[in-house]
Amino acid sequence: MRRQVPLFIIICVGWVLLFSVFIPPMESWGEEASLFFDIIAVFAFFLGGGNLIRVHMMKVSRKSASWGYSVVTLVGFLMMLYVGLFKIGNPAGIGGSIDAKGSWFELMFTFVMSPLQSTMYSLLAFFVASASYRAFRAKNTEATILLLAAFVILLGRTPLGMVMTAWIPESFSIFQIPNMAIWIMNSPNLAGQRAIMIGIALGVISMSLRLLLGIERGYLGQEK
Amino acid sequence: MRMTITQTTHSLSRISFLSIILTLSFFIGVSQLRAQESDTSAIAAEQTQVPIANLGQITVTAADSPDDNGDRITVRWIDPGYRDLNGFTGYEIFRQSTTDGEFVLIGNAALVDTSFLDEKAPTGENFSYKISAVIGSQRQDSEASSPVSSVVQWFNWGKISVVIIGLLVCSAVIYFIETAKRGKKLFLRRIAGLEAIDEAVGRATEMGRPVLFVAGTQDMDDVQTLAGLTILGRVSRTIAQYDSQINMPCRSSLVMTAGREMIKEAYAMAGRPDAYSDDMVHYTTDEQFGFVAAVNGIMVREKPATCFYLGAFFAESLILAETGNSIDAIQIAGTAMPAQLPFFVAACDYTLIGEELFAASAYLSNEPKQLGSLKGQDLGKVVAMAAIVIGVIAVTASEAWQIDSMTWLADLLHRMFAIS
Repeated sequence: MRRQVPLFIIICVGWVLLFSVFIPPMESWGEEASLFFDIIAVFAFFLGGGNLIRVHMMKVSRKSASWGYSVVTLVGFLMMLYVGLFKIGNPAGIGGSIDAKGSWFELMFTFVMSPLQSTMYSLLAFFVASASYRAFRAKNTEATILLLAAFVILLGRTPLGMVMTAWIPESFSIFQIPNMAIWIMNSPNLAGQRAIMIGIALGVISMSLRLLLGIERGYLGQEK
Repeated sequence: MRMTITQTTHSLSRISFLSIILTLSFFIGVSQLRAQESDTSAIAAEQTQVPIANLGQITVTAADSPDDNGDRITVRWIDPGYRDLNGFTGYEIFRQSTTDGEFVLIGNAALVDTSFLDEKAPTGENFSYKISAVIGSQRQDSEASSPVSSVVQWFNWGKISVVIIGLLVCSAVIYFIETAKRGKKLFLRRIAGLEAIDEAVGRATEMGRPVLFVAGTQDMDDVQTLAGLTILGRVSRTIAQYDSQINMPCRSSLVMTAGREMIKEAYAMAGRPDAYSDDMVHYTTDEQFGFVAAVNGIMVREKPATCFYLGAFFAESLILAETGNSIDAIQIAGTAMPAQLPFFVAACDYTLIGEELFAASAYLSNEPKQLGSLKGQDLGKVVAMAAIVIGVIAVTASEAWQIDSMTWLADLLHRMFAIS
C-alpha cells in the first residue's frame, strides 16, 4: 500500500500533464497539478526547517567537530525567521511588505545574503582556471585538439586575435582567427551539443514512459 | 649579471611589443565603433519626415488564435510607414466588445511589432480591434477590424509532429519491453561511470571516510532528480553492505524525504536496519549558493573519499566538482544539463553524459522490462539520424540546384523538428 498509492498518484498526474500539452481545454488541469506540487513543497519546507534546527542543535549539544559553524547557522536561520515573520524594523509595520525598502529583512538580504552569494559565485572564476588547466593538458590527440580549439576561441574573442590575422585577404577570411572561432562554436561545437541534446530528449521520453507505465519504481524505494 | 640584464631587456621588449599591439587593436576597435555610430546617426537623420496625413491608414486584421483553449485572438497590422517617423514610440491596441460598444486600451506594442496577442478574449464573444500609432503627442488611428470571436480547439495541431515522433518512440519502447519480457537477450554497452560505483564505495570503506551524495539542486518535479535518486538506491545498498557511511545534503525537503526512504530501505535490504540514521540525509537551504557553501563546507571538513553528483545542476557544478577534486575524492557525476557537462568531464573521474543518467536505473536493475525501454530509445536515435541526413541532402540540393521537391522536403522536416 505504501508504494501503490504514490504510484497511482504519479501515473494519474503524469497522464494529465501529458494530455494537457496536446489538448488545449486541459491546459488548466496541468497548471493545477503543478500548483498542487507547489502546495506540497511549501508544507515540506517546515519539514526541512525542522530538520535543519534538529541537526545543528544536536551538533552544538554534542560539541561535535566544527560545532561553531552550527551555531552560526542556527543564529542566522532563527534571526532571519524572526525578523521576517514579525516584520521587525519594517517601516510599514506588521502589515507591510516583507521586503519593504529600509526594513531589517531587506537590509540583511542586501548587505549579508547577497554579498555572500556573490562571493560563492565568484569562486567559479578561479575554478574555471584550475579545471581548464587540467582539461587542456595535451596528454593525447583528443586533448591536443581540445587545447588548440580552446586556444583559437580564446584568441578569437580578443582584439589580439583580430589584429594577428587581419592581413589575411577577404577571399580566405575563414582563416582569420575570429572567423575560425565562430566556425568552431557554430559547427563542431553546436553539432556535438545537439547530439547530446537529442540523446537527452530520447532519454527523458523513455524514462517518462517507464514512469507513466509504472515500470520505473526505483525512486519509491527498492522492491523487497 | 649581463645575462640577467639581457633577459630583462628581452622581456621588456616583448611586453612593449604586446602593449603596442593591444593599444593599436584598442584604437582600431574604437575607431570602428565611432564609424558605426556615425553611420547610425546618418541613418537616423535620413529617416523620413513624411507628413502623417500622406501615409494613409494602418490596416488591421484580427483572427482567432489557433490551437488554444478559446481565449486568444491575434491582431495583426500593416503599417504604411508611421514607424519610420521621428518621434514614433510604438502602438496602442484598443478592443471593442460588441456588447458594450466602447474601444478600451488593452495593451501596447513595440516599434518593431506587427502583431499582438489578446489573451483575455472570452470564448464566443465578438470583438473588434483598433490600432493607434503613437508619434510624439499625436495618435494615428486605424479603422476598426471586422468582429471576431475566439473558439475552443480540442487538439493542438501545432504539436502534431511531436505526437507522431513521440508515438513512434513510445511504440518502439513498448515493443522492445515486450521482446525483453519474452526472454530475448538485449545487448547494452558498458557505462563506465556505473561500473565504477562499487569501486568508489569500496575506496571510501577502505579509507574509513564517508560517501557524499548530491541528487542535483532541483526538486522532485525534475526528472533528473528522479534519475539521481534511482542511482542512490543502488549506491546506498552497496554502502550498507560495505558498512560505510553516507552523507546526503539536500536543497529540497521533498528530496530529503525521498532520499531517507530510499536509504532506509537499502539498509533494511542489506540486513542492517539498525545502522541507518535519519541524520545521513539532511536539509541545508533552498538558496543555490547557500547550498553550495554548505556542501563545500562538508567536503572540506569531512573529506569524503567518494562524491556522487547525479541530477540537475547549474553554475554550482564546477564549484562542487573542483572542491571534490581538491580533497582527492573519487568523483562520479551525471547530468542532463548540456552546459554543465564539460565542467563535470573536466573535474570528475567519471561522468554520465545526458541519456546515460536516465539509462542508469535500467542498467543497474538489469530488469528486462527496463532494458527494453533503452533499446526503444535507440530506434529514436535512428529516426533522428535519418532525419538529419535527409535534411542535409534536401537543404543542399534545394540551395545548389533549386529543386522544388527538395525545398518542400526541407521545409517539411524543418516544420516537424523545429522547436517552437
